[in-house]
Amino acid sequence: MRADLAIISDWIDTGSRVLDLGCGDGILLAHLQAERGVRGYGLEIDQEKILACIGKGVSVIHADLEAGLRDFADQSFDYVVMTQTLQAVQHTERLLEEMLRVGREGIVTFPNFGHWRCRLQLGGSGTMPVVKALPHAWYNTPNVHLFTIRDFEALCQRKHIEIRQRAMVDTAHRSSPQLRLFPNLLAELALYRLRQRP
Amino acid sequence: MTAPALPADSVGIVTPEKLAFHGPLSLDCGRILPRFDLMVETYGTLNAQASNAVLICHALSSDHHAAGYHSPSDRKPGWWDVMIGPGKPIDTRRFFVVCCNNIGGCKGSTGPASTDPESGERYGPDFPIVTVRDWVRAQALLADRLGIRRWAAVAGGSLGGMQALQWAMDYPERIAHAVVIAAAPRLSAQNIAFNEVARQAIRTDPEFHDGRYYQHGTVPRRGLMLARMLGHITYLSDESMGSKFGRELREGKLGYNFDTEFQVESYLRYQGQAFVDRFDANTYLLITKTLDYFDPAAEHGHDLAAACRQARARFLVVSFTSDWRFSPARSREIVQALVAADRPVTYGEITADQGHDSFLMPIPDYLRTLSAYFDRVHQEIAAHAR
Repeated sequence: MRADLAIISDWIDTGSRVLDLGCGDGILLAHLQAERGVRGYGLEIDQEKILACIGKGVSVIHADLEAGLRDFADQSFDYVVMTQTLQAVQHTERLLEEMLRVGREGIVTFPNFGHWRCRLQLGGSGTMPVVKALPHAWYNTPNVHLFTIRDFEALCQRKHIEIRQRAMVDTAHRSSPQLRLFPNLLAELALYRLRQRP
Repeated sequence: MTAPALPADSVGIVTPEKLAFHGPLSLDCGRILPRFDLMVETYGTLNAQASNAVLICHALSSDHHAAGYHSPSDRKPGWWDVMIGPGKPIDTRRFFVVCCNNIGGCKGSTGPASTDPESGERYGPDFPIVTVRDWVRAQALLADRLGIRRWAAVAGGSLGGMQALQWAMDYPERIAHAVVIAAAPRLSAQNIAFNEVARQAIRTDPEFHDGRYYQHGTVPRRGLMLARMLGHITYLSDESMGSKFGRELREGKLGYNFDTEFQVESYLRYQGQAFVDRFDANTYLLITKTLDYFDPAAEHGHDLAAACRQARARFLVVSFTSDWRFSPARSREIVQALVAADRPVTYGEITADQGHDSFLMPIPDYLRTLSAYFDRVHQEIAAHAR
């Protein structure tokens, strides 16, 4: 299993109710169901991925995240999870609000655009970065909002979102002391546990 | 002349069976059917644990003949032949598939054209208005008769999907999966309005004789035909009608008269006329009422989520993008209520331009969704057997 998913799995309480936005092939929910007795639903728009979820016995709901989460009631889930999708949606800010409306907690992961390789490519060669966590060229990338760890934390502060926990991993999806010291420079992937302050 | 061989993935030649139920059946309307018959077809084999049975529920104008052929010379197979058969999504090598004509029907089950044992006359308009709950109650008696304590799945499209939903609420211990396709949790005012126009078309036909046309030796052909033509428009979409007929003229030019000029007119008339030969007007009236009355949330303070909390089944809900009779939004109401009730539900919204009728069509994404789901149902049965 992907290291980021293993970290998320550790953050989620046994028997909780989880909504996974952009759940892909359902690997996280299948794992959480089997290992943590979680009751969950995945939202997905891609037909092939929906079929993969069905094959895993994951409850998957065809939905377009850009339309928001209006079918889901306030605070109706323990966790709303979104892995590596926040940068690929049009209405990033609204979706973040929606996550924390529907979930008591939100868990997001995203590729850090502040990573030194990105900086080197943009600052050095003057081209848009293509790195392992962001493998697409500028003209065919699904990502529409690229941001750094510092950008994200500034947004959380502005929106009164409490950061309950965070984790940073590098290319090999490992953590290290240096990484904890300079996350915005060394982390490829950032993981956050969030809660909306009243 | 030898008949052409049947397709390899067909259940083949099937023979319906009429099962008689002698106990009285209490109906929602307060009346009692002293006895009733159900016309039934089954495909595949019931396993030793009786754990592989799938009930198929039919919609307004279909019946027990869901798959296969009645004779080698049949032009068309059963109404859900795309879904049921060896190697098809509801694979008859794995599942024992059951489909019955519902009470009130006109294909052999007790209905308005049957003889009332009390009066010795045909029921006609005196046949009680039956509800989806009544049907499900009768289907539960059928399950008892077949030795099926719990269905692996109950599945249907449109009104058939409503029966699957009702099963999950009324017999939570007797259904493992509910497959609810192109359905709605209740009819909208617009849906009821269309039904009312259909009913008026039939009831105002001079040959209708207040529903006692059997005794008069007549058939309200005109009314039933109009009802079907109207219904048929709601089963198709603007896109599918456009691509099928467009504004094509039968004679290639305008005739400046009221003959059948556009191809779409000719098609609708054909559909209407063909229907009159195979369907009973009183049954049509009755089932439009069954549709109008369906509202499982009503007895739970009009809270659909509360109604869904009765269920123990896992759900598959499917809708089609071009269906405007029961649009995707109506399916999402069901999904939303199931999520609020914390029930497992998978929802597929299939891109298709064939309108409400999509649920009968071999649309690849639709068939693959059902295949994947029924594979899972099968794996569960196999895991339990070990």
